[in-house]
Order: sequence, then C-alpha cells, then structure tokens
Amino acid sequence: MLMSCTMVAIYGLAQVTISGKVKDNRGRGIIGASVSLKDSYDGGITDSAGHFKFVTTEKGNFVIIISEVGYVEYTQTINIDKEPVVLEVSLKEKLDELKAVTVTAGAFEAGDKKRAATVLSSIDVATTAGSNADITAALKTLPGAQQVGEQEGLFVRGGTGYETKQYIDGTVVNNPYYSSVPDIATRGRFSPFLFKGTVFSTGGYSALYGEALSSAVILESIDLPERTAANASISPLLAGAGIQTLAKNKKSSWGANYSYLNLVAYFNIVPQLVDYYKMPEFHNADFNYRIKTKSGGMIKYYTTFSYSELGLRRPDIDSTDLKDAFGLNNHNWYNNLSWRENLGKGWKMNLGAGYSTNRDDISQQLQDQQNNNVDSLPNTPWFTLKNYYIKNRQDLAQVRGVFEKKLGGISAIRFGSEYWYGYNRSEYMGYQSVVKDNLLATFAETDIYITNGLALKAGARYEYSSVIKKSNIAPRLSLAYKTSPGAQVSIAYGTFYQKPENRELIVTNNLGYTKATHYIANYQKTTNDRIFRIEAYYKKYEDLVKTYPAFNNAGSGYAKGIEFFWRDKKTFKNFDYWISYSYLDTKRDYLNYPGQLQPNFAAHHTASIVTKRFITNIKTGFNVTYTYATGRPYYDFRLNSTGKYYIADQGTTKPYNSMGFSVNYLPSLGKKDAKTFIVLFASVTNVLGANQVYGYNYSYNGQNKEPVLPPAKRFYFIGCFLSWGIDRSQDAINNNL
Amino acid sequence: MKKMIAAVLLLATITVNAQSDKFAAGMKKNLEQMGAAKTTADFQAAASAFERIGDAEKTQWLPYYYAAMCLTIPAWADGNVDKDANADKIKGFCAKAEAAATTNEDKAEIEAVKNMAATQQMMVDPQSRWMSYGKEAGDALTKGMQLDPNNPRVYYLQGMSLFNTPEQFGGGKDKAKPLFEKAVELYKAAKPKPFYPDWGQKETEQKLAECNQ
Repeated sequence: MLMSCTMVAIYGLAQVTISGKVKDNRGRGIIGASVSLKDSYDGGITDSAGHFKFVTTEKGNFVIIISEVGYVEYTQTINIDKEPVVLEVSLKEKLDELKAVTVTAGAFEAGDKKRAATVLSSIDVATTAGSNADITAALKTLPGAQQVGEQEGLFVRGGTGYETKQYIDGTVVNNPYYSSVPDIATRGRFSPFLFKGTVFSTGGYSALYGEALSSAVILESIDLPERTAANASISPLLAGAGIQTLAKNKKSSWGANYSYLNLVAYFNIVPQLVDYYKMPEFHNADFNYRIKTKSGGMIKYYTTFSYSELGLRRPDIDSTDLKDAFGLNNHNWYNNLSWRENLGKGWKMNLGAGYSTNRDDISQQLQDQQNNNVDSLPNTPWFTLKNYYIKNRQDLAQVRGVFEKKLGGISAIRFGSEYWYGYNRSEYMGYQSVVKDNLLATFAETDIYITNGLALKAGARYEYSSVIKKSNIAPRLSLAYKTSPGAQVSIAYGTFYQKPENRELIVTNNLGYTKATHYIANYQKTTNDRIFRIEAYYKKYEDLVKTYPAFNNAGSGYAKGIEFFWRDKKTFKNFDYWISYSYLDTKRDYLNYPGQLQPNFAAHHTASIVTKRFITNIKTGFNVTYTYATGRPYYDFRLNSTGKYYIADQGTTKPYNSMGFSVNYLPSLGKKDAKTFIVLFASVTNVLGANQVYGYNYSYNGQNKEPVLPPAKRFYFIGCFLSWGIDRSQDAINNNL
Repeated sequence: MKKMIAAVLLLATITVNAQSDKFAAGMKKNLEQMGAAKTTADFQAAASAFERIGDAEKTQWLPYYYAAMCLTIPAWADGNVDKDANADKIKGFCAKAEAAATTNEDKAEIEAVKNMAATQQMMVDPQSRWMSYGKEAGDALTKGMQLDPNNPRVYYLQGMSLFNTPEQFGGGKDKAKPLFEKAVELYKAAKPKPFYPDWGQKETEQKLAECNQ
C-alpha cells in the first residue's frame, strides 16, 4: 500500500503541462531563463522567443521560480491539478553597476577595469610609439588634444595647457610636468605604471573636480602589487633601481625607487640645435606605502622628490653675434596620502591630503660668441628682457573628503569638500611678490539610475578663492541612454570656473574667475574588441583674462568641433590599432590679443593612427604611431601709435607630421621559472624626419622672425628594464610530479 | 508494538530509497540529456535541469557540478557565448557545489571547473587578461592539486594549459608531457563512484600521443 503510493508520486502518469512566456519590461522574450518548480526536479528553459514548456507529475501547490542573470527572480505559487498551467511573466531588470550605462560624453576612461568605457591601459600608454611612456604624450593620440610640441601640457578643445588639470586619487597635482624650458615641451613627472586607472576627460566632467576650464586627467593609483619584486633600468640616458615589496599576509606593501638621467652621452652622439652648456641631469626618488584596512579599505601614501638642472644657449634673435643662455635648476617634492573606506550601510568615504613644493631657479643671460657674459648694452631697449634671474616657489597643501551613499540599487549620492592652501612666491631680480590663496570648494552630485539603460548625473560645485575674494557655483549635468547592447548616447552640460594664473595674480588680484560652458553630445558603440565613438561639442569662454590695455576679465571665446575615435583589436589577428580625428573651430580674445582670433596652439584638423603588433614567435612588439595636424596660426602683435595692439604679421605654420616607432622585446615572457624578467625597449620619434615647425618667434623690432623648432629632429631611446620577482605559483605542481 | 516499529522502519527505508531512487533517476536522465546535447542551447537546458536537482536536494554537490560543466563545455567552441557572463554563472554553480561538497576530493573536481571558466575568460583577450584570469586559472589548479593530488583532471588541465602555451612563453609539448603522463597514470588507478566525474582520459591519451609524435 505504502509502496504503491510512493510509486504513484514518482512514476504517476497524470502529467500536467506548464507553459508560458518570459518577457522583459519592453515585452521582448528573454532567452535562456530558467523555470523551475521549487523542491522538484521539474522545469525548463526558455527558447529564443522566451517561450517555455515542460510537463510535471507533481500535484498540489508549488512555487514556480523564474530566474535569469541580470533580472530580479520571479516567484509565484501555482496549483497543479489536472488542467495545463499557462503563465506570462515579465521579469524586472536588476540594476547592476557593471552592466549599467555610464556617461561617456567627454570622458575617455583607461584602465584595467571591466567597464565598457575603458579605452587605454597602462601597457597601452607604455607601448604607444612616440610617447616614450609619457601619459600626456599617449593621451595626445586621443581626440580632443592638440599636437603642441613647444610647451608641456594638454591643449584640449581650444583650451590652453593650463586649462587642463591632473588629479591623483582625487587631489590636484600642482606641477605635473618637469619645469618649463622655453620652446621645448617637458615630460610628465609620473610613470603610467603608478596608475591602475586613467580618465581623460575632454569636457563635461563631474562636480568633484574643479579649477580646470577645459579638461581633467583623473588618475587612480594602484593598490597592492601582485608580488615582491626588485627592478632596474639601464640605458645610455638613465640608470635606475627600485624595490616593491608585498607583505606575507598580502595586506600591506612598500616600495622605493631611484633613477638618474643624464643626457651628456646622448647629446654627444645626437647633435642638438641648442648648445647645452649644462647637460640636463635629473635625479628622481620615490617611496610608497600602502596598507589594506580591516574593513577592506586602503590607505596609500606616495611621495616623490626630484632635482634637475640644465643650461642651454641659443642664438639671440635680436642680434647677429649674441647668444641667450638659459639655466634652470628645479626641486620638486610631491606627497599624496589617501584613505578609501567602506563605512557600511551603503556609505563610502574617500579622504585625501596632498602637499607639494616646487622651486625653479631660472637664469637668463646674454653672452657673446666666446660665451662670456654681456652685462650691458647701451641704447638697446630689449637688453633688460634678456638679462635676469627668477626664483619661483610654488607650494600647495590640500585636504579633501568625499562621502558616498548608495540610494538603494546602484543610484548614489556623493558630496564633499576640499580646501587648498597655495603659496606662490616669485622673485624677479630681487623684487619679491607673493600670492597666497585659500580656496575652499564644496560639491555634491547624484547618480540616478532609472534603469540599467538610463542614467542621470546631476551635480554642483561651489568655490571660494580668498585671493580674488570671489565665489562661484558651477552646475553640471549629464545623461546617458543605452540604445542597444553596447551602444549608448550621452549628453553633458556644465559650467567650469578657474581662477586666474599666478603670474596674472602677481600683477593684480582685482580679477574674477574665468569661465567656460560645455555642451557635449556623444555616441559610443563598444564590443569586447572594438570601440567606436563620435562626439560633438560647443564650448563658450567668458571672462578670460586680458593683460592689455589693462588686467581684467574682458576676454572671451568659443570652441566647437566634432571628433571620432575607432579602436579595433579584432579585425587583424595580434594587431591592435586606433584612429582618432578631431575637427576644431575656435577663436578667443585673451592676454594681449587685439580681438577674437584662432589661438596659436589650435589646429583645425588633427588625426592620429596608433598601431601595435605583437609577434609571439619572437616575443617582440612593434608599434608605429602617425600623427598629422594642419598648420597653426602665428601672430606678431605690436602696439600702434594710439597704444593699441594690432597684428603686424601673421601666418600659418606648415602642417605637422610625425611618425613614431618603438619596439619592445621580452625574452623572458612566459617563462614562469625565469628569475629575471627582461624588457628591451627602443624607440625613435619622427622617423621620417619631417620638418616640424611649432610657430615663430619675432625679434623686438619685428623685422626678424625665426621658426620654433624641436631641439633635434628625432629623439632616440634605448633601454633595458629588468625585474626580479619570486613567483611561487608553480611550486605545488612541481612538487607533485 | 514491534509491528509498528517495523512498519515505521519500513516506511523510513522506503522513503529514503525512493528519495535516492528519484535522485538517481534524475541524475541518470540529465546525464543522458547532457551526453546527447549538441548545441549551446541544449547544454544550457541540461544545466538548468541539473540546477533544479541541486536546488531541490540542497545537500548534493554533483548536480551543481554538472550544471557548471554543461555551461563550460559548449563555451570552448561557441564564439557567441559571452565568456564573462557565462563564467559568472559557472562560478555561481561552483560556489553552490562547494557549499554542498564534503570531501577534499570533491572540492578538487570543482577547482578543475573553475580553472576552465577562468581560462575561457582569459582567452577573450590573453594579452591584457593574462595577469588576472590566467592567474585565477592557475591558482584553481594549484588548489585542486593540494586538495587531491590524485585527481587526474587537474593534471590533464595543467597539461593542456602548457600544451596550448607557445614554447617561447614557457609552454610546449615537452613541458606538457610529464603532466599528461601523470594524468594517465591517475586515470588508470581511479575508480569513480556512480555519477562522479570520469571525463578526460581519452583526451589525455590523445594529447599524450601528440606529445610523443
């Protein structure tokens, strides 16, 4: 009797069919959703139209569970008797941070995250030919940036170099580049390998960042290293060594590096247009300490110190027999401390503190053909412009705190505040001037996800600067909408304020904020191996600083343009390339410009193609970058008899062409038992030897004009990078054989 | 009284047997479904059938193990499978299997599946994913060998990893051969219980033959 009951329960023939359809919120069938009767073995899976059908021998009340990754699980109690059961269920989408749309208008995200917006990794930066592992140089191959070779900085969408700011773990970097040398661009101070994530925003960025009119480079430093390792770099140009340790419990790490760069040997082999009387020498030392907190947060400290000196002579533009000797000594000390913590209950905290000091000792001296100082020249009005010394000191101390609270699901609100104390002292021939500024900023923004496919970010930033005694409020707004899997449109709007530069504030603090308003629309389509982007923008400049006839905020301007980006790792096997193109139409009236003009750093058309091919058989990567930009305008502004500036001469430089090439050979790649990991690297810029003219300098009387040229047509680099680490992962395998 | 005890005992025994019969029948049916599966959709249907047994039984690790296997097998060849999403599902099943598994031997089998999921993710973009998913895949095998040094599948998979790695990168036939040899030795000694994993011997012997060529 008992036996037969059980038999019926299991093998009973009274089958009931359960069928139906599973849809998403737009009524489209969901493929592969699992349908099951709780506590039974019976169930099915939906087909490509979302239909399912299965039979069951169960009877009575059962909970039916319908689930699929990315959707909220659906349950319903059904009664199974004799009649077939038909269900039509729509599943609610689960909000998911990785799947959710993010605002891509204006932002190029680079890093190792899974996010779709990722464009470049730190390896990409290092292997971009022509960049020589300089983050800024690699970012210049992305749309939006100009090919400015005569000064450092990122000139983005009609903005000057100082309109782009860099932030490391949230805090601003005061001197991101090695100190300026006239007509020569210097490198960035930070290695790409310090960072796990880089966002290059060409506009419309979050209210968390301020004091940048045009662009923000947001760098996120790495957490703990993968293992303990020592490293060394050897090259005719530089020598360096370092160590990075990881504690046994993998909770903390420290590291230190030192490098020395000296160009004497190089300049003996490769002739330079300028005569270096003091060969460039750079000492760099850094130290880091990182520790994981108990609740999974991170505290990171990074400091770097550098000292450099150089001296160079060029023929003087105002005479036939004199030379200009320029000397520069620089001390720079940078400190960054950050603390990231999960506070629980959906709260996150990011604290940061920074201190940096930078000193430049600059000398400018006229010399004769025998390199003797010329200390007086009667009746030459330009003489005082050529003989001087300047001592500059720039200090910046800052603290910052940002708190984030999740608002159910993945929507979040973020708010915080930062305070900067800047001390800038400039001593020109014994005349000292100091600009001190206390800048306070408070900001808040919110990410609102209506669905995985529709996100809104709204924020505002308030700033007060004590030196100009003025405040501002900058609203920011952006919206992203997913149009199909991997494709989205986003738009961004924002106003951006930046206080005048210190060299202007030294003259007068009776100035206000400069202002830019950004309008951006973007379409992006991403798959695992391909990215396509198109972006159009309009930017309005107001209250730019004029230096003539008086120092005021009467300047103005605009920039508009359209940009394309395409990256493809798929079409050609082992071949990775990207193409970017920027069209820029910009005019501005600032400094001593006589009216709105296309500025001398802006080209109408800029295009880059970056290619990378790694040949595994020979463990060698070959990288070629080609960049083209149409000519840039140049001007000679002169005062007329009524005391107004006019354009005495103007023109357009010849188009800019550059092809960079680099090769990296990794002989120990993949050899897990190798004790030494070796990278041999060689690169050359401007392989084709194109004549690159960045602009023209005019003599004091305007009768002589000379092209601004790079100090040498090509820059060559060869180096060997070694690292020694212990990888114990194979031990268990070898022991068992 | 005795009769009653006997009746209760009888009832209990029958229920237990019926329960395990139901499990055995379900597993048998699903293993047949898995064996007959050809397309990715077939395998997904089999995976969800295994998942239902796992969810109903709660204390059995094998249904989840096979659910994970059903998602792993077609992903090697099917380029349309989103490897990250698929691997997330596989790892989800592995976690449920681990929760139900009681012996180190069982857990070693699960590590083998985790290795395959991570390997599939790594292969999406080996150059940039080697550091993360390559390491994850290697760690799974290391752990598997520690849990059960006599599991032939972890040696087979380690051998496959080396076999598919170019010689210049520290792989190659010579490196893979001793692992395949070890795996064959272990396969011959293995006596898998009913429904327990027994796959890989033929493939290992075939690869070993290729190494000897």
